[in-house]
Amino acid sequence: MKGVSVRRLLASLIVPALFLTACSSSDSDSGSDASAAACAPSSAGPVTLTYTSWIPGIEDVVKVWNAKNPNIQVKVQTGPNGNGGTYQNFFNQLKAGNAPDLGQIEYDALPSFRVQDGLVDVGACDNVAKAKDQFIPWTWNQVSFGDAKGAWGVPQDAGPMALFYRADLFEKNGIAIPTTWDEYAAAAEKVRAAGGYITNFSQSDINQFAGLTWQAGGRWFANDGQNWTVNLTDDKTTKVADYWQNLISKKLVSTVPPWTTEWDNAYNSSSAWTWVSAVWGANSIASGAPKTAGKWRVAPMPQWTAGEKSAGNWGGSSTAVFKGSKHPYEAAQFALWLNTDQEALTLLNEKANLYPATTAGTSLPALSKGVAFYGDQKIYEVFAQASTEVAPDFTWGPTMTATYANASDGFKAAVSGKGSLTEALTAAQASTIQTLKSQAIPVKE
Amino acid sequence: MKSRVGVMAVMGLCTIYFLAPIWWLFVGATKNNDQFTGTAPMWFADFHLVDNIRELVTYRDGVFLRWMLNSIAYTGGAALLGTVLAAMCGYALAKYRFRGRELLFNIVLSGVLVPATALALPLFLIFSKAGAANTFWAVFLPSLVNPFGVYLARIYAAASVPEELLEAARIDGSGEVRTFFTVSTRLMFPALVTIFLFHFVAVWNNFLLPLIMLSDERLFPVTLGLYTWNTQVNQVPELRGLVIVGALLSITPLVVAFLLLQRFWRNGLGAGAVK
Repeated sequence: MKGVSVRRLLASLIVPALFLTACSSSDSDSGSDASAAACAPSSAGPVTLTYTSWIPGIEDVVKVWNAKNPNIQVKVQTGPNGNGGTYQNFFNQLKAGNAPDLGQIEYDALPSFRVQDGLVDVGACDNVAKAKDQFIPWTWNQVSFGDAKGAWGVPQDAGPMALFYRADLFEKNGIAIPTTWDEYAAAAEKVRAAGGYITNFSQSDINQFAGLTWQAGGRWFANDGQNWTVNLTDDKTTKVADYWQNLISKKLVSTVPPWTTEWDNAYNSSSAWTWVSAVWGANSIASGAPKTAGKWRVAPMPQWTAGEKSAGNWGGSSTAVFKGSKHPYEAAQFALWLNTDQEALTLLNEKANLYPATTAGTSLPALSKGVAFYGDQKIYEVFAQASTEVAPDFTWGPTMTATYANASDGFKAAVSGKGSLTEALTAAQASTIQTLKSQAIPVKE
Repeated sequence: MKSRVGVMAVMGLCTIYFLAPIWWLFVGATKNNDQFTGTAPMWFADFHLVDNIRELVTYRDGVFLRWMLNSIAYTGGAALLGTVLAAMCGYALAKYRFRGRELLFNIVLSGVLVPATALALPLFLIFSKAGAANTFWAVFLPSLVNPFGVYLARIYAAASVPEELLEAARIDGSGEVRTFFTVSTRLMFPALVTIFLFHFVAVWNNFLLPLIMLSDERLFPVTLGLYTWNTQVNQVPELRGLVIVGALLSITPLVVAFLLLQRFWRNGLGAGAVK
């Protein structure tokens, strides 16, 4: 992706800044009494909070809150997306002691902030802890790290995955819509024979590949309270990697770089017929491939075993409160409202296409309508279903930026015929362990 | 004759190489979002440049114009002041003898070797201590310093400002500061233009410092603003068109600065050639 070189540069710059104490992540008793005391109103008078987010149009959502809460005013700050520089800024600001009160953090980056002890446990606030049941279980696990009481952020949005496909082309060529990965591979041959590619394999969206692995049952990271374990090469992951490697080797998928005009064009010109992507991908196709309007439909992800119901997730973020905030109670109230209030969720969906992480949110009126680009199919019903089928126990590691960069290098080599996806993951496994060690994060080999 | 053809061919290739991306940018800026992916990248479809610019300058209450003004303030201000500072410093090092002169010069010179990117984080921590991170000054003040400019100014002052002239000025009763501004800067003018241009480009393109320092969108320079939008393209695909048009508009001040100032530059290069 565009950001890679900048990300690299940033990654190399920060290492010195990272030597805050590395504590182990899902340690339930660490600092819980301190945060319990912290969750009380910080003052009787009005407070002003700063909130850094790169959600387009977030100001308009915050305005609604500010109008209703004269005593807790929120000021929005913005910047590039997390990996584009904002996470690095958060780390720098935590070190300098001028971090904002609240920040947007994607699920895959949350552990790195937790490990650096940069987050306030908002689960100490009663109403936040009680809100747990409003959220789709797996999203809550992303912020609680499996802890029964703690929550190091409030889930904001989710990216349940499904299969986008060109209904017209499949029908015209008499190919059935694949419901299993075996059928998908068989369909790939037929699509190729008909002159298309079944999909474009992304060489740099490692988090998409993680979503595919998530569905298959692969678990890349684990933390036992003491040590991290890294497992980018478990059986399930290897199965997924071999599956896609086979399609790549047989040239049944195209491999143009994602998020480029070339990539848009592959969809726009009907060269790529499906995309296994997250709910927010609906908008990417609609704007990248305007010529294909009305011809796409959405079906559940193909399954590894016929009859199973399992989905992956790609993306999603949380609203976290940073250590050093003078008003953690007020900040937690705002974070909770932003991500559970139906009006806020509607606005977030309207402005930035965010897909809510609450159960009630997935049935917002805006998400119950047919979408013209998809032939008036009620596509969000498919995603609402998928959202409940995402396994709740997937854990991200504390150094995902480095892991993504390493794996992405290997994936790029693999699509150009040098090496394979499995080799790329093996290399990423080794370098991830190395990165953890270099940041003094305990890791079991 | 033969070599002339060869030279022209190489120059022609280089010109195409450097102009092609700008051409692509210009063509891209004239298309609407559908045409951008659907039509040939190096040639026009319908001409939407004016609409695109209108959309850009009205998007989110015209924040793009604000970024452009910020960039001009950071860059123009820092380049002007920075050039004066570099000129004074280089001039003093060339024309006055004092203890530690060479040491001072070497220290300044070693500053050339330190990349600006390596300084961004320490600067952030310093400005945070002073409570001045996320302000205009956090970007403006560090941009004033230009060790390479000092180096250039020293070399050029040594070569182009004759001692005799300074002696004459002193005999006529002119103070040192007045001599510097009325006599020496005139003689050093071509070098000053060069320093100004280099400094202008360096500050305009300095991306990491504002990225690290600023979190208030209203303070962003245009480079950071466009980058921010570009990272949001996955979520809001309409932004891609705005980024393209914005990039085209954002290079125009650089082009204008070069076109206006290159005249002086050429004068300067020729000045010492025939004596």
